[in-house]
Amino acid sequence: MSITEKDILKIAEARTRIEPMFDTQEMTLNMGPQHPSTHGVLRVVLKLDGETVIDLDCDIGYLHRGVEKIAENRTYPMIAPYHDRTDYIAAVSNGLCWVETVEKVMGLEVPKRAQYIRIILTELNRITSHLLWLGTHCIDLGAFTIFLYAFREREEILKIFENYFGARLTTHAFRIGGFWWDTYPGFEEQVKFFCDYFPEKIKEYEIILNENRIWLQRTVGIGLISPEDAVDIGLTGPPLRGSGVNYDIRKAMPYEAYEEMDFIVPLGKAGDTYDRFLVRMEEMKQSRNIVLQALDKLKETEGQPVIAKVPKVIKPPIGEVYHSIEGPKGELGIFLVSDGTNKPSRMRIRPPSFINLQALRQMCIGHLVADVVAIIGTLDIVLGEIDR
Amino acid sequence: MTNLLMQIAGPAGWLRSVLPQSISDSVVYDVIWPLIQIAVALFIVMTLVAYLTLAERKISAWIQSRMGPMRVGPWGLLQPAADGLKLLIKEDIIPLLADKAVFTIAPIVSMVAAITVLVIIPYGAGWAPITDVNIALLFILAFSSVGTLGIILGGWASNSKYPLLGALRSSAQMISYEVAMGLALIGPLMWSKTLSMVGIVNAQNGDHIWYVFYQPLGFLIYFVCALAETNRAPFDLPEAESELTGGFHTEYSGFRFSLYFIAEYAAMFTVSAIAVTVFLGGWDFGGLIGHFLANTHQNVYTVISIIVFFGKVLLLLWAFMWFRWTFPRYRYDQLMDVGWKWLIPASLANIVLTGVWFVIGISIPDGKPFLKNYGTYIAAPGFPAKAYVIGSAFLVTITLTAILLSSINKHSRDFNLRTQRQLQLQKRAERLAEAGNM
Repeated sequence: MSITEKDILKIAEARTRIEPMFDTQEMTLNMGPQHPSTHGVLRVVLKLDGETVIDLDCDIGYLHRGVEKIAENRTYPMIAPYHDRTDYIAAVSNGLCWVETVEKVMGLEVPKRAQYIRIILTELNRITSHLLWLGTHCIDLGAFTIFLYAFREREEILKIFENYFGARLTTHAFRIGGFWWDTYPGFEEQVKFFCDYFPEKIKEYEIILNENRIWLQRTVGIGLISPEDAVDIGLTGPPLRGSGVNYDIRKAMPYEAYEEMDFIVPLGKAGDTYDRFLVRMEEMKQSRNIVLQALDKLKETEGQPVIAKVPKVIKPPIGEVYHSIEGPKGELGIFLVSDGTNKPSRMRIRPPSFINLQALRQMCIGHLVADVVAIIGTLDIVLGEIDR
Repeated sequence: MTNLLMQIAGPAGWLRSVLPQSISDSVVYDVIWPLIQIAVALFIVMTLVAYLTLAERKISAWIQSRMGPMRVGPWGLLQPAADGLKLLIKEDIIPLLADKAVFTIAPIVSMVAAITVLVIIPYGAGWAPITDVNIALLFILAFSSVGTLGIILGGWASNSKYPLLGALRSSAQMISYEVAMGLALIGPLMWSKTLSMVGIVNAQNGDHIWYVFYQPLGFLIYFVCALAETNRAPFDLPEAESELTGGFHTEYSGFRFSLYFIAEYAAMFTVSAIAVTVFLGGWDFGGLIGHFLANTHQNVYTVISIIVFFGKVLLLLWAFMWFRWTFPRYRYDQLMDVGWKWLIPASLANIVLTGVWFVIGISIPDGKPFLKNYGTYIAAPGFPAKAYVIGSAFLVTITLTAILLSSINKHSRDFNLRTQRQLQLQKRAERLAEAGNM
């Protein structure tokens, strides 16, 4: 039997109708809520083409505790510990934001000495928060050792916290109007010791990471975000400054005694993960400088009171107030409505992590799965704060 | 054959004299003695592997300013036993939707592949090697690929997404690094002219040199590929903990998981053993003492050679661990880049250039073809020949390969990150300027 022209046509026709042997479809990957590097209980639903992310959706709320609602049923001093625990990594900063908001609505003037102590503690807390970010970010990118190095330094600060407030992580540092206690004996020496010891450790991290080829390959050009987009999304803190926008509430709207402090706001250039890394590293050094300056001022105010005249029952006048501070992760704000009773009528938190997380989708699309982990790390989110 | 073996003193000969004459010589020399050797080698290597897990934890602890395991036994020395016991009594979970047969077999495949190779490794001089196959190196390369197959099977059979991604990564990694690894081994083979492991060591003994000096580039390439081949950081993508939770072994538990674990460490031992054999002179410890012992006290020499061999292997394993706890992890595409754009061209260049030096060395026209006797064990090459080979390998080969690689990767994103960054900034400035004009 020979092959006729008809057969050839048939084969040609069949060839045009060839379909792929297997169906191809995108893979939906559930990252979290139980995943080692979503920094808590963040659930990210990834749509993957191979390993490239083509779409991404965040699912939050696994850690919701209703802090804002609880606040409506608590007196002003009672709310403080709840608010401390929203961002458990930076509990001191959170406490500061709450007491300052109440002081603002009450019109309280905090004594200078208390302001300096507050600056020292919040800046130390900024360092602990950034160290924890550094450690977890490095774990996300596979450099496990830095994690434990960072925790070693963090330990020194936690010792100071433990001596002062009795707690290491879940601190409750401040009281409305200032402090209940002055610093403990040896506080200044301990802080000084940390400040002397810290720069060489920072140097150690920089030696390991800054020029490391793999580190550069994993961070340069990853998670780019332009300054315009960053402002549009509402990024604050290091992610915003990494894109080169100079906005630091400590400079823009100084609270406490930050006007007296001399420090620079580090800015990134390209807005990628590497820039945000550099910004945070520099911020740690600047925080140390601020602590040293505040420590000098603290010596001048030896013996002065640390708490303003505060009524026994705190009943702020009727009014609304929004107050924000520069938390380690960005602009941490509280909107407070006071109806003249001893409980707030409404408290609303502006958590920096929550707003910063908005950028995740835009930053991740087109990158690989491994980069998603890096970008979640560079945004430095805390789920306790996002879910509140 | 038997007569030849009879002449070798040592445990085999002793065994012959102890066992009754009713057992024939061939049974003693070809069955009983190899079985004893296998049992002993397996015992030693498996103990070593178990203690490698402890070593890893201890070394990571020292690097990270911790103490590591200290509770189980003195200084944590019983930790491997405790870990093994724990894994043994854990529940063995097979996911409902998994392909049961493949899921069960996969870790065994990995494990068997890792263990089989142990037969070929030359643990020492004289009676120490279990067997000497003339294609030993090919055999080892083939079996290390089978080990990766176990990973792919396991990831596929789990019927889960993270293991699947891990398995896919693993297969891509296997293909790209196996090639460079095999090519890197060709360089030293040109000098040794044999694939037999014992033969390679003997060739290095005869030449009084370790091939790492003749093949520095080959050694580097081999070492990097060995890291990737055994899924060690910075190439531990198939099990990247922070991305894929557990990678291919996410769904495995209990003893099956420990099989993968043991297989990984056994594979580490194997690749280190190959590196030691091919590049670091195997059991050779050189010098006058070595030659004196080899000629007079054969058995003492063998025992020392075994210790030397394991010492060298442990040194390399230490480097494996050191790397793991120092470097961040590569990304999947960067891993492919390193494999295809750097290591494979480099290993090809290494082969070509080694061949060129060889030919030139043979045909140098001053009447003294000093490389003529290479690989024939007639005489060790003299100093000028060694200087020529080492010099060409270190200076010219590495320089030329570096030039070649940089020209290949000139436009690659990862080659010059600083330029890349500058471009990025420039683009942004242009875009901003445009926005300003509008």
